This record gives sequence, structure tokens and C-alpha cells, in this order.
Amino acid sequence: MRAMTYRGPYKVRVEEKDMPKIEHPNDAIVRVDLASICGSDLHLYHGLMTDLRIGHTFGHEFIGTVHEVGPSVQNLKVGDRVMVPFNIYCGSCFFCARGLYSNCHNVNANATAVGGIYGYSHTTGGYDGGQAEFVRVPFADVGPTIIPEWMDPEDALMLTDAFSTGYFGAQIGDIHEGDTVVVFGAGPVGLAAARSSWLMGAGRVIVIDHLDYRLEKAREFAFAETYNFNEYDDIVVHMKKITGFLGADVAIEAVGAEADGNLLQHITAAKLKMQGGSPVALNWAIDSVRKGATVSVIGAYGPIFNAVKFGDAVNKGLTLRMNQAPVKRQWPRLFEHIKNGYIKPSDMITHRIPLEHIAEGYHMFSSKLDDCIKTVVVPNAS
Amino acid sequence: MAYTAEKPVPPPSSDELRARIPGWGADLDPADRPSFPRESLDLRPEGAHWDFPERQEPDGPRERSVEHKFLTPVFGTAQPLTGISGVIRRYAYDRFSEGRAAHWLLLIAGDRVDAIESHLKSFATFRPDNPITETGLMAEVKRHPIRSRFGRGRADLRHTWIDPILVAGPWVLTGWLVLKVLRPKR
Repeated sequence: MRAMTYRGPYKVRVEEKDMPKIEHPNDAIVRVDLASICGSDLHLYHGLMTDLRIGHTFGHEFIGTVHEVGPSVQNLKVGDRVMVPFNIYCGSCFFCARGLYSNCHNVNANATAVGGIYGYSHTTGGYDGGQAEFVRVPFADVGPTIIPEWMDPEDALMLTDAFSTGYFGAQIGDIHEGDTVVVFGAGPVGLAAARSSWLMGAGRVIVIDHLDYRLEKAREFAFAETYNFNEYDDIVVHMKKITGFLGADVAIEAVGAEADGNLLQHITAAKLKMQGGSPVALNWAIDSVRKGATVSVIGAYGPIFNAVKFGDAVNKGLTLRMNQAPVKRQWPRLFEHIKNGYIKPSDMITHRIPLEHIAEGYHMFSSKLDDCIKTVVVPNAS
Repeated sequence: MAYTAEKPVPPPSSDELRARIPGWGADLDPADRPSFPRESLDLRPEGAHWDFPERQEPDGPRERSVEHKFLTPVFGTAQPLTGISGVIRRYAYDRFSEGRAAHWLLLIAGDRVDAIESHLKSFATFRPDNPITETGLMAEVKRHPIRSRFGRGRADLRHTWIDPILVAGPWVLTGWLVLKVLRPKR
């Protein structure tokens, strides 16, 4: 089969790989219909995640058609069209039993600090991802869901991570009616978090980024008030000014390891890998909120240490909440919101490319060319 | 404006927000939020017809974190350990917990060694690594590189100059070292 493969930092290509096979009785093999490139895939692409082996296939956002099932699979059959959450989880361990699907203890031999994720290095379990023609899906009776007939496939694709993660980020922000919410990052997850904040009853939603085309999208897609941090000497001071010198009630950090805004932090973290990621957006979030506020962190970071301003968080009495989203928990409610016309996740998509153009797709996204926000990959475009 | 108990910038009314924003307040009640509460024994997912999953058969010695009691019942088999990078990675897994910086720093070192090993191996195949196609530079032709970058106040342009050095630098350095070693001494 044809699959995207990692060839070292900033280098990927499409190559012929062996077909994935059933390795556990509850596995399924899914023929990928659509996949997408996530902002967190760029952390892999830039070589920022650990134990990322040459030949790894990325892709934790995908939908497809069941091609083969293992002998113990009861809930899926060949030909079913499924959406697959980015989390791989058993459904029965201590963590799954309590709803923490993204923290499953039975799927990641390589680390206890993170669960299993498709196509996200061996630190998250060593599973190849869905930017390929076929993918192995463990615990097929637990994770995948049959795509409802009425649902636009691209909406389903956006629910496999980006929109669900943004929606989750707004929830763990513990938003109360009338709250001022500031979202750092206007990528797909940030856009979804901003849009979801209104569902929770926010009174004001502010989005911060440095890319004007993304801020324009935040105004149009998420009805947000936007600020380009590059236009202000100090974005934290500006946040204080526009909130009556109090600070926001909630901040959502949707940038992660490659945050811009401080050259030294960015180069030491994102380029020289001396930190688990650039903490600029997280530090701005900590400093931009009011005392007693909640900071929700849904940006992805590497596992090594970061220069986070923890003292400010302690002294301000902040609540820091974070996790990888337990995606499938979000779906029933998000299905209702889509059906009611409240959200249209696929409106975030800006580009569609065949798998054969994956290297150009990564370069475009990484270099922020052509106003790229979200790229869909079509493995079987022919 | 003094510091008082009131919120200095009051939000618009609920009616105004409901009229302006589709779905405003649909999840106002925390009970409607699927991640509330974060943890509950009522949240066990459907579909798991086991208390402990059947075990996947390993093909060989599979590395695992020393913080795990045993090899997890299901694991990825995407790229088994191999070569010098495999030795480095196995040492990181066998010797250091996830709580030790050495664990992660060794894994990062393993990644870089893996890249070098794989590039060299590729030269012995019919499809050697191609820095032009694999870095996706052809996108520069079609995706408006000038308009996308300049006159738009992008913060990242302050450091993108370092990217080509990071990508090509090790190759240039290696080439220089090889030449230096191979060149006959006078």
C-alpha cells in the first residue's frame, strides 16, 4: 500500500509499505477515505517529538471503510464507514473505566505518561497512522463509530481530533455565563475552542495569533474578537487593558510546542529541542487571565521540561486544566450541535491534496503558505 | 475606573448573544457538557467485552517503559528497534524511567542517529533520499511564497532562516569532514 513516511526532520515522502495486518483479535484494518494534517503533526515533522522513528506514518485524524476485522470484533463489519478517534484505548482499564480514554493504560508500552495515539511516534505507542491507504485500528469494538448517514464526511473527519479537542478545551476551561475567554492560537483547534466557548455561554471570546488570515477566519468561523500579537509591544498588557485591567476569566492555550512571540524561547525549544516546546503561549495565558481564573491547555508539548512561569500560576491562584481530549465522549453532543446547525466543523478546511503530494502539503502547512489552515489528504484520490 | 467588586467590562446580555451567535449557551448547563465531570465510573465506554484484553503476541523482545509492570496487552509494531539507534533507544527504555531527563535525551539522540543511519542506507537502494522532493519545496512554486510571507507581519519569519541550516547543516558538515579525512595529506 502507499503511505506517507517520515524521513527525518522536515522530510517526508510517500512509499510502498506492507499492508497492515490483524495483530490482535479485536483489531480492524480500515481503508482510509480521508485523513488530515493536524497542527500537532508539525511537531513530528519538525522532529520535536521523541522516539520518532524513520519510516513512521503520521496521521491521527482519519475516516475510512472497514476492510478486515479480527475474530473478536462484534460491532463492526467489512464495508462499514467509520470515524476513528485519535485515541487508541481498551475501554476496560482503570482510566478508561472512568472516562479518561486518552489516558488508557493498556495500549502504550513505551510510556505511562501518555496513552495511545495513531501515527504519533513510539512515545505514544508505536502505531502507524492514517495518512496512508490502510491503517490498523486496535480495539475496533471500542474506538471507531459508524458515520451517521446524514453527516458530511469532512465534518466527521474534523471530529476525529481538531474540533473535538477544541470543544473539550472549552469545557475544561469551566466557562460560566458571561465569562471573557481568551484563546491563544487560531489554528483549527483554537478556532474550534473559540467557537465552542460560545456554546458554553461565554460573554466575550478573544483570539490571539500573529497570522492575519487565521485571525480573519476566527472572526468569520468563531465570531471572535481578534488581536495580532505582533502589533502590540506586550500582548499581556493589551489583554489587561481590554478587560479593564482585570484579565480574562478563562484562557485556552491552543498553540503548543512551537509557539512564536519570543525568539529565544522559540529557538531553544522548537529549533534546538532544549525544551519540550516553546512555552510562550502558555506563559501569556497564565499572565493574561485574572487571579482565580482557569487556564485550559490543549496545545501539544514534548515530554521534556519547559520554562513555564509556574510561580505566577501559583500566586494568582489559577486552576490549570489539561489533557489530550477523550474524543469519543464528545461525539454524541457534537453530533447534536451539527444537526442543529450550531457548528460546521468542515468550514475550517482550506486545502485538499492527494496523498502523493503529502511532502508539499507538509511544507505548505509548516511554512504557512497559501493561507493554509487545514489540509485534507485523500489517499485514494485516483 | 476604580478597582471595585464589579466586572469592569460587562458582557453583552444573554438575549443579545443568543441572537448573534448560533447555539449560544446550548451547553451552559454543565450537565450538558460531555466532559463534565472529568472522571466518573458511569463513563466506561461501550464495546469492551473483556475485563482485561487478550494479549497481542510480540514478534520479539518489545521495548517498554520501566514504569509499566508488564508489556501492555496491545502495542504498536510500526518500526521495531534496529541498528545503533535501536541500541540507544533500548538503553533509554531499559535503564531510565520517564521521570529522568536522560530517558528522553537518549531518545532524542536515538532519533538523530536513526536519521543518519536511514539516510545512509537509502543510498544503497534504488530510491535514495531526495532533499528536494522530501522537503516539499515544490510547494514553493504553486503556493504563493512571496504573498504568503511578506508584508503580513509574520512573527515566524524572524527565525525561519535557521531551518535550512538545521536541515542541510549536518549534511554539509559531514561532507566537509569526509573530504577532510579522505584528502591525502601533503
